[in-house]
Amino acid sequence: MNFFKKIKNKITGQTESVTEKFKGGLTKTRQSFASKVNNLVKRYRKVDEEFFEELEEVMISSDVGVNTVLELIDQLKDEARTRNIKETEELKDVIVEVLSGMLTKKDEENELTFNPNGMTIFLVVGVNGVGKTTTIGKLAHKLKQEGKTVMLAAGDTFRAGAIDQLEVWGERSGVNVIKHQEGSDPAAVVYDALVAAKSRKVDVLICDTAGRLQNKVNLMNELEKVKRVIAREYPGAPHEVLLVLDATTGQNALSQAKQFSQATGVTGIVLTKLDGTAKGGIVLAIRHELDIPVKLIGLGEGINDLQTFDSDQFVYGLFSDLFSEETESDDHE
Amino acid sequence: MAFEGLSDRLQETIKKIRGKGKVSEADVKQMTREVRLALLEADVNFKVVKDFINRVKERAIGQEVLKSLTPGQQVIKIVQDELAGLMGGEQSKIQFSPKPPTVIMLVGLQGAGKTTTTGKLANYIRKANNKNPLLVAADVYRPAAIKQLQTLGGQLSMPVFTMGDKESPVTIAKEAIKKAKEDHHDIVFIDTAGRLHVDDTLMEELEEIKAVTDPNEIFLVVDAMTGQDAVNVAESFNERLNITGAILTKLDGDTRGGAALSVKAVTGTPIKFVGMGEKLDALEPFHPERMASRILGMGDVLSLIEKAQANVDAEKAKEMEKKLRTMSFTFDDFLEQIGQVRNMGPLEDLLAMMPGAGKLKGLKDAKIDDKKIGQIEAIIRSMTPLEKSDPDIISASRKKRIALGSGTTIQDVNRLLKQFKDMKKMMKQFMGNTKGKKRKNPFNLPFM
Ligand SMILES: Nc1nc2c(ncn2[C@@H]2O[C@H](COP(=O)(O)OP(=O)(O)O)[C@@H](O)[C@H]2O)c(=O)[nH]1
Ligand SMILES: Nc1nc2c(ncn2[C@@H]2O[C@H](COP(=O)(O)OP(=O)(O)O)[C@@H](O)[C@H]2O)c(=O)[nH]1
Ligand SMILES: [Mg+2]
Ligand SMILES: [Mg+2]
Repeated sequence: MNFFKKIKNKITGQTESVTEKFKGGLTKTRQSFASKVNNLVKRYRKVDEEFFEELEEVMISSDVGVNTVLELIDQLKDEARTRNIKETEELKDVIVEVLSGMLTKKDEENELTFNPNGMTIFLVVGVNGVGKTTTIGKLAHKLKQEGKTVMLAAGDTFRAGAIDQLEVWGERSGVNVIKHQEGSDPAAVVYDALVAAKSRKVDVLICDTAGRLQNKVNLMNELEKVKRVIAREYPGAPHEVLLVLDATTGQNALSQAKQFSQATGVTGIVLTKLDGTAKGGIVLAIRHELDIPVKLIGLGEGINDLQTFDSDQFVYGLFSDLFSEETESDDHE
Repeated sequence: MAFEGLSDRLQETIKKIRGKGKVSEADVKQMTREVRLALLEADVNFKVVKDFINRVKERAIGQEVLKSLTPGQQVIKIVQDELAGLMGGEQSKIQFSPKPPTVIMLVGLQGAGKTTTTGKLANYIRKANNKNPLLVAADVYRPAAIKQLQTLGGQLSMPVFTMGDKESPVTIAKEAIKKAKEDHHDIVFIDTAGRLHVDDTLMEELEEIKAVTDPNEIFLVVDAMTGQDAVNVAESFNERLNITGAILTKLDGDTRGGAALSVKAVTGTPIKFVGMGEKLDALEPFHPERMASRILGMGDVLSLIEKAQANVDAEKAKEMEKKLRTMSFTFDDFLEQIGQVRNMGPLEDLLAMMPGAGKLKGLKDAKIDDKKIGQIEAIIRSMTPLEKSDPDIISASRKKRIALGSGTTIQDVNRLLKQFKDMKKMMKQFMGNTKGKKRKNPFNLPFM
């Protein structure tokens, strides 16, 4: 089945607003990537070396990562050869197919995991300034709107003002925040939060943590300890370890994903700041090399600027220009 | 592997083209391909990479190869030179206003490190230039941003000007300058809110702050982990504000930091400082050469090459390399090596500079304390020629004699003998002499 049609069918089933929101946030991303591909396709009629070279550039400029790009290009070349594709217009379908094939292999994995019998605990980790606290604020609001009771643990006891920041978010969404003094042991805060959450029988406890660069051994050990405390106090938890990645980040995001996975067993990625011009192509590389699914995306600093990640929508967002062009040419026929 | 350094990448190529007298076009093509990949992996923007590679090609093709270098090394050297040139010289000086207060404005994307850097920079300049700073909390959007700056101000015992989050940042900035004059602050640091470079309203706000405060410096704070988008960000901020420089944060991480090159290339303004941690003293002047090596991921291999060039006679080095390879390396050779290497600076630095050396087991044990090098020389000089060429014959009584002769202890002698043994073992590893199969010296440095 034609890939575009498949996606389109799926999308039309979705609520308009979600799609619009997604598209709105991704507008720049989509425009720059898709329009580049389109320009390419227009400029080159024939599938040749030069075309592939430029395609390579388009993907590299989206932070997909050189290794992944080179592999993809090889794959595309193979496809072009076996299917005997000569026109770039035709290859366009293949490009989309290959890219989204990487992202959509396990779609159900893009959903957050909740504990079916009891409290759900999320641990949120990542390097400095990526948007952990903001994401937690947005997520708390989202879950509360879904009718869940939520509690937050102010596990960033290091950064100046971090506790206050989480408290503001707690007020915004009307959820309780468990905190200690700045400078105290994050594992102790999380422990207290666990006890409080259990006794108050909340549905979801989200633990914030201080940002840390993945090469800092001590800090990574500290994080491991936090996770151990959660697992010890609540067997089966945390139900999600969410790694927050800034879409503006380049290849280092891969190293982040690797190291944080090693320390805490990351179960999902939150890709923030997709409302900028950063392309978020790193998602492809991470999915490809580490097979960690993206679960949420951040599209702004507002409380509603959080969306669950849907690979089909993501690809649709990236390539909707291609889709509309497809429709046009259909109409002309 | 995604994060191989250029030196690792180039090993293969270097091996293939070593020993030629001239750098051929084909060599350069192959080398620059690797350089291109290395730069892209380091997040240098692809357009910047393209320009850069073209320049390297132009310079490299047909060039005479320096006697002590292989063609491969020669190309790396050109790459490094070009890179250092692009990065510019060291420029961590601040433009102070002849009429105080000096105004410094920090701008950038969300989470880049503006607020932290505001504290660090004020701390740095207060110390270095004996100034009396006022910090200005002009981020009224991010929750608790004011509190964050106040906390930092408290830690530094530095006043923070705030009007809460109900006034506009433009008003706050304007009032802050007034206040600074009143209270005789000779320098003002304005911490602005993070914003997307495509956010027209908020970018306009920065232009207004600039208009009312007339800053002497506008620093773009850039996360060192930024990818390809760094050029768009830097371009937009520069277009709207004419930034005077950049500060690269979070360089204490393991990112290559190619964004540094992108930012420099598109704005033409210097990178002045780098953030090396979360603490308030973790700010350093920017070192272009160090950054160039870091981006290429090759330790300081280039400075090593330069040093080797200057200090080691290439012919002698070749002989030594042969000896090492055949393992006929003796204490006499060791002595000579020490002499040569000594001219090149601290031994540990040299070891640290060698790409891949960190990965080698046994290197740690074989490491030689630079300060004890004189002692080592004395011990070796107290050995007989036979002992020097065949240390295995050094018995307990011989050790005693050597210790006496060199004014050291038997333990010192023992330690050196062990070190020598370890070193030979290590050399063997370097040479890849295992199973009788000879691999080329992977480092191919003249003194090895
Ligand atoms: N534009 C944009 N900014 C974001 C997004 N998520 C977070 N931020 C901003 O990024 C900065 C750092 O966020 P924060 O949650 O404090 O990061 P943390 O250090 O990881 O906890 C703040 O200024 C946030 O408002 C997003 O999706 N889009
Ligand atoms: N490791 C490290 N963290 C830094 C550095 N500079 C800032 N940070 C951290 O990055 C995060 C965001 O910094 P902040 O100053 O709030 O950024 P702003 O949103 O641009 O004001 C905080 O967690 C800081 O502690 C640095 O040089 N190294
Ligand atoms: Mg935080
Ligand atoms: Mg700030």
